[in-house]
Amino acid sequence: MADPTPPREPATMVERISPLAGFAGVSDTRLRVREIPFLRQTNLRADPGKVPPSLGLRLPMEPGTWLRSGGADVLWLGPDEWLVIGDVDLPRSEDVAVTDVSAQRTTILVAGPGARDLLAHGCAIDLHPSVFGPGRCAQTTLARAQVVLVAGEDEEFRVLVRASFARYLADWITDAAVDY
Amino acid sequence: MLLIPCPWCGPRDEAEFGYGGQAGVAYPRDPGALTDEEWARYLFFRDNPEGPFEERWNHSAGCRRWFNLTRNTATNEITPISPSGDASPPGNVATGEVGTASASWDAATGGPR
Repeated sequence: MADPTPPREPATMVERISPLAGFAGVSDTRLRVREIPFLRQTNLRADPGKVPPSLGLRLPMEPGTWLRSGGADVLWLGPDEWLVIGDVDLPRSEDVAVTDVSAQRTTILVAGPGARDLLAHGCAIDLHPSVFGPGRCAQTTLARAQVVLVAGEDEEFRVLVRASFARYLADWITDAAVDY
Repeated sequence: MLLIPCPWCGPRDEAEFGYGGQAGVAYPRDPGALTDEEWARYLFFRDNPEGPFEERWNHSAGCRRWFNLTRNTATNEITPISPSGDASPPGNVATGEVGTASASWDAATGGPR
């Protein structure tokens, strides 16, 4: 049984290294790309009709949408599956499977007027603002790597990518960014 | 490249999907009672029509759900999701009980309510 109140400070012997440590990113008037490391991510599985109020989160029921609730971003991943991004402790319950998946993916922020074009360069889904505006999210492929795309305000996109694919995708984005 | 309509995510590229073969192949009620030939027929024998074919797909790079659709094997024309659209692989539906956790989903379309 783990200590119920683990220290928040990382142990001095262990250095946390993000999957994209050292990634220079892109910083330009039309395009900004950088890693947002160590976002806490929690996977939720529940029957959409049986989500207990004690969960303390509103869950988006419309496919391909996300919303902010309880200090976290809640993404629709499937009819009975959501991803919670944010530092929240979710109560255990018989009706909800709660799994910490923080280490599975890292986040790349792609922002700026050229961001949509850059993503569309390697992604087959319709990214037009009328279809993929703020509040939308999608699981799809970007440059053949599986990602979760999250559209925010002001042409800011978060690209959630598996840690093992992060370096490849960062290299691809850096290369593609030359065009935009 | 086919554009396949996922009942949850909408139209997506074929590359995001996995193919699940013919839909509605029921698991035998009593597998132990089958002869070798019947078992082999269950495992390996599938329809191979030229024309409309009801088949299973899995949106493996998206929502990872199974669904059914009817595809014309001659023209690749895809007609709307079959009404059964059961979210579980039809391999489990022989009893009509297993894998029907979709009670809160639209029973008519198998899609979101």
